[in-house]
Amino acid sequence: MCGIVGLFAKSPEIERDLGRHVAAMLGQMSDRGPDSAGVAIYREPVAAGFSKLVLQHPDLAHDWESLAADLGRMFGGEPSLERRGNHAVLVVAAEAAETEPFVRAHHPEVRVMSAGSVIEIYKETGRPEAFIEQFALAELSGTHALGHTRMATESKVTTEGSHPFSTGLDLCLVHNGSLSNHGPLRRLLQRRGIEFQSLNDTEVAAGYLTWRMREGADLRTAMEGCLEDLDGFYTFAVGSAEGFAVLRDPIACKPAVMAENDDWVAMASEYRAIAVLPGASTARSWEPSPATVYAWERERVA
Amino acid sequence: MSVAERETVDLATTPLRELNQRLHDLAGDAHGPRRWRITNPNGTHAVACGLDAELEVEIDGHVGYYCAGMNKTAIVRVHGNAGPGVAENMMSGRVEIDGDASQYAGATAHGGLLVVHGNTSSRCGISMKGVDICVRGDIGHLSAFMAQTGRLLVCGDAGEALGDSMYEARIYVRGEVAGLGADCIEKEMRPKHLADVAELIEQAGFDGVRPEEFRRYGSARQLYTFKIDNAGAY
Repeated sequence: MCGIVGLFAKSPEIERDLGRHVAAMLGQMSDRGPDSAGVAIYREPVAAGFSKLVLQHPDLAHDWESLAADLGRMFGGEPSLERRGNHAVLVVAAEAAETEPFVRAHHPEVRVMSAGSVIEIYKETGRPEAFIEQFALAELSGTHALGHTRMATESKVTTEGSHPFSTGLDLCLVHNGSLSNHGPLRRLLQRRGIEFQSLNDTEVAAGYLTWRMREGADLRTAMEGCLEDLDGFYTFAVGSAEGFAVLRDPIACKPAVMAENDDWVAMASEYRAIAVLPGASTARSWEPSPATVYAWERERVA
Repeated sequence: MSVAERETVDLATTPLRELNQRLHDLAGDAHGPRRWRITNPNGTHAVACGLDAELEVEIDGHVGYYCAGMNKTAIVRVHGNAGPGVAENMMSGRVEIDGDASQYAGATAHGGLLVVHGNTSSRCGISMKGVDICVRGDIGHLSAFMAQTGRLLVCGDAGEALGDSMYEARIYVRGEVAGLGADCIEKEMRPKHLADVAELIEQAGFDGVRPEEFRRYGSARQLYTFKIDNAGAY
């Protein structure tokens, strides 16, 4: 099964309470995916020349201060550090293209959950309700967010098998479904230099999007490429710094519903996750058509 | 009839199982309340599922999976949209959706009438076994897949692979058909089919559509299962 949710704020009130709304949506999808949960929330963009890294270590008492100091020695300044559950958000005085590879090379003891200038990915195994509490999701503001509750079918229940998956700087993917050609596609992408942290099928779809965009495709083209190159069932939601996009496979047996009003755009596996939003009962709602990319971006919003 | 005459149940405060149990307890009970109003469904699954009594149930809002599934005799009306599997395996009665219905609306239903005033998504009437389904808008791909008997009336367009591997059901479509499934063909509209469509339009209460605007689709009966030589294989 699995449950996915997405929320895009069109009003300052929704931005202020984005975390609270997404937490409520995620809670509704708990029984679709009781083994892991995660969110990608887009918030508090860093200044030009800075990058935001979200890192994870299984130990809640991990010594993030010395890692921050190491980043400070390498890139200058004094990186800001904020702990959230067993994750840490670091803002470093250099581009993500430099800071992320540095962490991967010199601090293999931590996992890079996300990198960029605005994205923050948090994910962990366990009940979604516990995740919402541990990461104090409700206190976060932001412009848009995607969330996922996982019922594992294709790989183990682990932190790195949880969603969202990072697909590049400020990009992420959540997935409801299962892919059947992820083995050969993983090997093809590995030959093209894409690295994988798990045997998870969705991570292959994330790697595919990363690879297509690295080769010059824009997000929409990369997503449309999924229709050709991925075999299996999927409702995907892809987040970027500007907004999010939704795509269902041509058979479309994995559910999806969308709704929009003057204050927000929302997508979810089921309407009950949207029903918790203010004004949901009078919002325009519809089921996205198969094999069609639906995208919302901030520039288009007045 | 006023709202006040209806037994009202608020799903924001009443557990779903309690509601459904109260409705189920009316099977064989001639004295209990017949008219019901359900408020705040908010996408809940299996609302008014398994009814087996002459009830009239109105639901104010959107429902989730399997609303009015296995319905017998009762009239269920949803003033909103319905999630996947609405009226799945209905036996008799009437289920009416004011908005859209999601996947496999009326799947495997044996009888009764399902009316959708909006659109349905994929697999509408999949494996239908005698139900009448009337849709004012469009239906999605793979609708009436392996449909056995019954009638599917669509005032709008139909998606890809309509009527794939179907048996004896009758399909009437007013708009465009994106593509016919295996062994599904267009057939001549004879007087009895025009009467069929007129009856369905009347039952559904649709305005602004006329029988002669519809085209008929059905089985060409060319697949393996239709060959007498294969009968011994079963």
